[in-house]
This record gives sequence, structure tokens and C-alpha cells, in this order.
Amino acid sequence: MNKKIIPLTGDQAVAEAMRQIEPDVVAAYPITPQTEIVMTFSQFVADGRVKTEMIPVESEHSAMSACVGSAAAGARTMTATSANGLALMWEIVYIAASMRLPIVMPVVNRALSGPINIHCDHSDTMGARDSGWIQIYAESGREAYEHAILAVRIAEHSGINLPVMVCQDGFITSHSVEGVELFDDAAVKKFIGEYKPNMTTLLDVDNPVTYGPIDLQDFYFEHKRQQTEAMKNAIDIIPGIMNEFNKAFSRDLKIVEEYMMDDAEASIVVFSSTAGTAKFVVDSLRAKGVKAGLVRPCLFRPFPKEYIIKALSKVKIAAVLDRADSFSGCGGPVFSEIRSAMYEAKQKPELINYIFGLGGRDIFPNDIEAVYKDMSGILKTGKISNRVNYIGVRE
Amino acid sequence: MANIKELSKLPERLGPGHRLCSGCGASIVARQVLLGAGNSALVAGCATGCFEVATTIYPYTAWKVPFIHNAFENAAATMSGVETAYRSLKKQGKIKKDIKFVTFGGDGGTYDIGLQSLSGALERGHNFVYVCYDNGAYMNTGIQRSGATPTGASTTTAPAGKVSSGKPQLRKDLTAIVAAHRIPYVAQCSISNWNDLVTKSQKAFDAKGPAFLNVMALCHRGWRFPQENGVAIAKTAVDTCFWPLYEIENGKKYKINYTPKEKKPITEWLKLQGRFKHLFKPGNEEILKSIQQDVDDEWEYLLKRSAL
Ligand SMILES: Cc1ncc(C[n+]2csc(CCOP(=O)(O)OP(=O)(O)O)c2C)c(N)n1
Ligand code: SF4
Repeated sequence: MNKKIIPLTGDQAVAEAMRQIEPDVVAAYPITPQTEIVMTFSQFVADGRVKTEMIPVESEHSAMSACVGSAAAGARTMTATSANGLALMWEIVYIAASMRLPIVMPVVNRALSGPINIHCDHSDTMGARDSGWIQIYAESGREAYEHAILAVRIAEHSGINLPVMVCQDGFITSHSVEGVELFDDAAVKKFIGEYKPNMTTLLDVDNPVTYGPIDLQDFYFEHKRQQTEAMKNAIDIIPGIMNEFNKAFSRDLKIVEEYMMDDAEASIVVFSSTAGTAKFVVDSLRAKGVKAGLVRPCLFRPFPKEYIIKALSKVKIAAVLDRADSFSGCGGPVFSEIRSAMYEAKQKPELINYIFGLGGRDIFPNDIEAVYKDMSGILKTGKISNRVNYIGVRE
Repeated sequence: MANIKELSKLPERLGPGHRLCSGCGASIVARQVLLGAGNSALVAGCATGCFEVATTIYPYTAWKVPFIHNAFENAAATMSGVETAYRSLKKQGKIKKDIKFVTFGGDGGTYDIGLQSLSGALERGHNFVYVCYDNGAYMNTGIQRSGATPTGASTTTAPAGKVSSGKPQLRKDLTAIVAAHRIPYVAQCSISNWNDLVTKSQKAFDAKGPAFLNVMALCHRGWRFPQENGVAIAKTAVDTCFWPLYEIENGKKYKINYTPKEKKPITEWLKLQGRFKHLFKPGNEEILKSIQQDVDDEWEYLLKRSAL
């Protein structure tokens, strides 16, 4: 395969993935920091480089609504959004999942209003975590590109048939330029294959089906149960698809990445781009002989429980870094899930939580180093003064 | 002009066995509109409301054509997606058949919460027919006022009371709002004039681009009349010029399709319905007068527009 590494922003990289996927329909509405995806892709359409029909809708609510219509009609369908756009879609995001429509949606993570803020945190997608969508989080623009391609196969797998959000960090990876290796168009086409819907579609007029009926006490529960089952299937099916991807494109995507975890004593768990900064800190700590490690889940829905247990059972203490608060008073959303998962583990590390980076507040290597320092202090004294902590906020 | 013998041979797209109230206007609207599609292959949709919940109670469906309901306010956006998917797949040769698209929405889902989605879809020019079955209130949630509720009607959120005489505001002129999008075809119709309605539906399905039908539908629960009187009440709405029958091509060319020989006073229509009963109590003469004035003004305006 020809190696083609070109400088691209994370948004452009995702737009390139969309060009290679060449969905039948894209319905989208601009919102910073996702806008560049839609703009770049619109140019591909305008230049006739893809056969896609674009629907330049008047709102995100209609974007997701049109995606539901399009996907139910049997077209390979995509959209993209951020923050308030995702919030405006919310009602239909649930409906898309309940209809089991394999829509793929890049989400460039941005803080949810209010107050209004355009920079990165994960409050938008964490808010949609129970909507029944699969969620994948990328560390880099390059990985967001790869995830977009991978997501098509995940969404359309007959054992899954669920929509997928492909998340990356607003501005941090969506707007900074990095060298992205673009795969051959043909190789991508081959990997995703021709779309064959797993369900009877609306355009099959000889076999009429009713999408979105009213579902009362007698069936709603069963249908929700089936959605859970699809998520359970997904956690078993995704590794196979990932392996295929890794083989096809010489990659090493993982559901949960473990960095320096073999002999680590203290570990940080963090999603997306902050993991890159944390790896840098782990390297410098390791050079000083500190047994630091890092765990980076790529998947949040379905929740990779077994992977987390396996990774964290190795350490004495772990700090979960959340880029969103849940206002529960008990920590962020990722922390809650990880703490809950670890309840089943035979070997339970001490777990602490740090909320950071809300509204795009920078996090620096020093901040991360301080977290490792806190952990080694706890290991020494056995005392935790605060279970939930905040990094870099004026209090 | 539709011929009733020919129409009777067309396929039933909305089967019996739905659970709308007997005498509900919505199903009459749908059946007459669907006749306008002739034998064409068809995909239908609907906004949340009485019509949707009563025709699709899982695991049953009254729909004999592919059907989609998404949510309350997005029937137009949803059908935009279906129609675009069709265009995309057709262009790629993956679909051979010619298919037409229609979606229904109540007045709530169209005049109010769904107006943005409708406007967007019309502006983008999707090739589908949007049918508003206007029963003048949110019936499915229990007769709440909507932007289509006529002045003076008593609803559960604008009830007549000791100091209130029902909905104080004018109803929204949705037909004009839609026409302002300059789409190929817009028409106002009533189930009482079936031939006019079926003919207009045919035109709507034949239009190249979006078409919109605003159809007076009846709800005896919300309007408070004996269920068998529906069509007669619709006829009175037309004959009082409360609900004129007209069409608009490309947003400009207005044509009145029916002029009553003798325009009846609006009280003829109001007195048939319980929701206006309070207006006939002493002291409300001024309200009745102003309702009549509004109807006259609108009719005059329409006559002028159509003479242009
Ligand atoms: C976002 C949202 N808000 C409110 C509702 C509740 N709701 C369902 S149907 C309906 C009223 C429908 O009224 P209309 O469109 O006039 O149709 P009808 O019931 O009269 O047939 C309402 C308010 C909803 N389903 N979704
Ligand atoms: S309540 Fe009214 S609109 Fe609803 S089904 Fe009954 S008659 Fe029809």
C-alpha cells in the first residue's frame, strides 16, 4: 500500500474519511469546532469527488431527523456535530438508536452551554452516553480519521446495527495540524464494503414496513432490552472488526490502550488527546524510576468493563481524569462507571477522580505530574483527603 | 377532476383497523389525499399526534405502504431524508422504481413546533407532499390551543371562563406562510369537498418539488359535536368562508376554487360546535362581530389576491 502522509487538521482528516466512505446521504449543520468537517466535505461534493447527496438542513434537530429518514430508507448516512448541536439533536439521537439505524456521526467535543463556550470538554457526548449510541474517542486527528472508517463497519454489523459517535477533542485535535496517513481510497472502500441494510427499508415498496410506531407497556420494555443486547453484542464483535482494521491498514487500534502498565503502581485513566500529554509525563516519570502507567479507553459505549478491570487490577491506585462533571457530587461520569466496574474486580485499586479542562481550560504536564505525585502520597500515607478533585480551577 | 368510479378501484393505502375515534377527520383527510397518489408507489410519514398514535399501535399498523414516524416536530425533515436517500440511490442505479413521498402532520406539529422543520424542507425544495390535517388544537394531548385554534374557541389551555372567552388571538395563516416559500403548489382544502381535495392531491403529487395541502379536519371530541355531523360542519366552514378553498402556484398565483352562492354568517358554523357555546351568551356580541369581521377581511383579501 502506498503511504500518503499529509498535513491535515483533525477536522479535515475526518472529512477525508467521509470522502473515502462516500456515504449516500449527509445531512449536516455547522457548529464550531465541527464546521470544518462539513465545509471540507461540501467542497468534495461540489467538486463531484463523491456521489453523496448533501442536505444542508436548517438545524441540527433536522439534521438528525433527516438522517433517521435517510437511514430508514436504506442509505448509508452520516452527519457531524458538536456541543449545542448535539444537545439540539438529543431527542432524535435516542430515536435513531431505538430504530437501530447505523448512522455514523463525528462529534468534535465541545463544552455544552451555558455559559456558552466553544472549547473542548466532554460534557456534550457524556450527556448523550445513555442514548444507545456507540461512542469512540480519538487521541489524535489521525485516529479520528481511522475511527470514522472503523465506525462504519461497527455500525453496520448485523449483530450490532447501532449508530456510532466518533469523538475527538475540539480545537486540540480538530484544528491543530498533524501528519495524517491517508489510506488508499480503494482499500477503504474494500474494508467498509458495499452497504447492504440489515433491515427492510422504506424504499422497499413491495414489502411495506412501519418505522417508529407507538410502543406501549406491552412492548417498549422488550425493545429497550434488545438495544442493551445489541450493545452487549458490540463489546464482543468490535474486537474482531478492529483486528481486521489493524491488519488491513497496519494499525494498532485498541479498545483500551495500556501504556507502561506491565509493572505500573499508579495509573491515570483518561480519554482522548489528554492521553498524549499524559504519556509524555509517564515517559519523564519512568526516566526518574517512578512506576507510572496510563490507561486510555477508546470506547465508552459499550463500556469496556472487562478491559478496564484487567488493566486496573494491576495497579495499587488509579486516578480517573474526567473532562466533564456530572454534578452528582460523587465525581465525573467516567469515574462513576470505572468505580462501579471495579466493584466486581478481585483486586481493587484505590480510585480517585480529577475533573479537568472544562470549557477548554488547558491541562499541562505539570498538572498531570501532580496527579501522579498525589497518588504516590496516598500510597505512602494510606490517606485520601479528597476523592474528587479539580485541576487548574480557581477556587 | 376525480371520477368516483375510478377512485373506487384504487388501492387502499390506509387500511381499516386503525384506532382513531369514529368520525375523526384525520383519516378522511388521509384517505382522500392518498387517492390522489393514484397507483404510484408511495412512502408515507407522519408527525406525532392523534393520527400517528392511532394508526401504528405496535405490533399492528394500519399502513399498507412503507411508513415512518420519527417525532412531533420533524415530519418534514424526516421526509427530506427519505426523499434524499431515494434521489441518491436512484442516481446510483440502486433503485429502479419511481416513488412518491407524502407526510402528514396535525396543526400542532405543523403550525407550531414543526414550523421550522417544514420551512427548511420547503426552502430546500424536496420533492414531497406535506399534508397538514388541521383540527385546530392539540387533540392528542387533550384539546390544548394551537396556533391554528380559531379565535374564541374554548380549549383546555385557553378555556372559556368567568373572565375569558376562549382563545383571544387570531389563528395563524399557515397557508400564506407556506406559500411565501414560493414552492410549486399550495392548496387549502376540506374533506367536505372531496372532489376538490382529490384533484388537488393529484396536483400536489404531480408537482415538481414540494407541495403543501392544508386540509380542514374535524375532531368531534375537541369541537364538541355529534360525531356523524363532521362533513356537514366542514361544509359550513367552507360556505361561511371561514375555510376558503383555494390554491397557490409558485407562491404568487392565487386561485379560489369555490365561491359560495350565498356566504353564510360565521355564527352558522360556530353554533354547531360546543367549543364556541359561550360566545352565544349575552355580553359576547362584540366578539362574534369581530370574528365575522376577521372572516370578511380575509375573504376580501383573498378575492383581491386571486384577481391579480
Ligand atoms: C417535543 C414534544 N412535545 C410535546 C409532545 C406531546 N404531544 C404529542 S402529540 C401533541 C399534540 C399534537 O397535536 P396536533 O399536531 O395538532 O395533532 P392532533 O393530536 O390534533 O392530531 C403533543 C403536544 C411531544 N410528543 N413531543
Ligand atoms: S380526539 Fe379528535 S383528532 Fe383525535 S382521534 Fe378522536 S376525533 Fe380524531
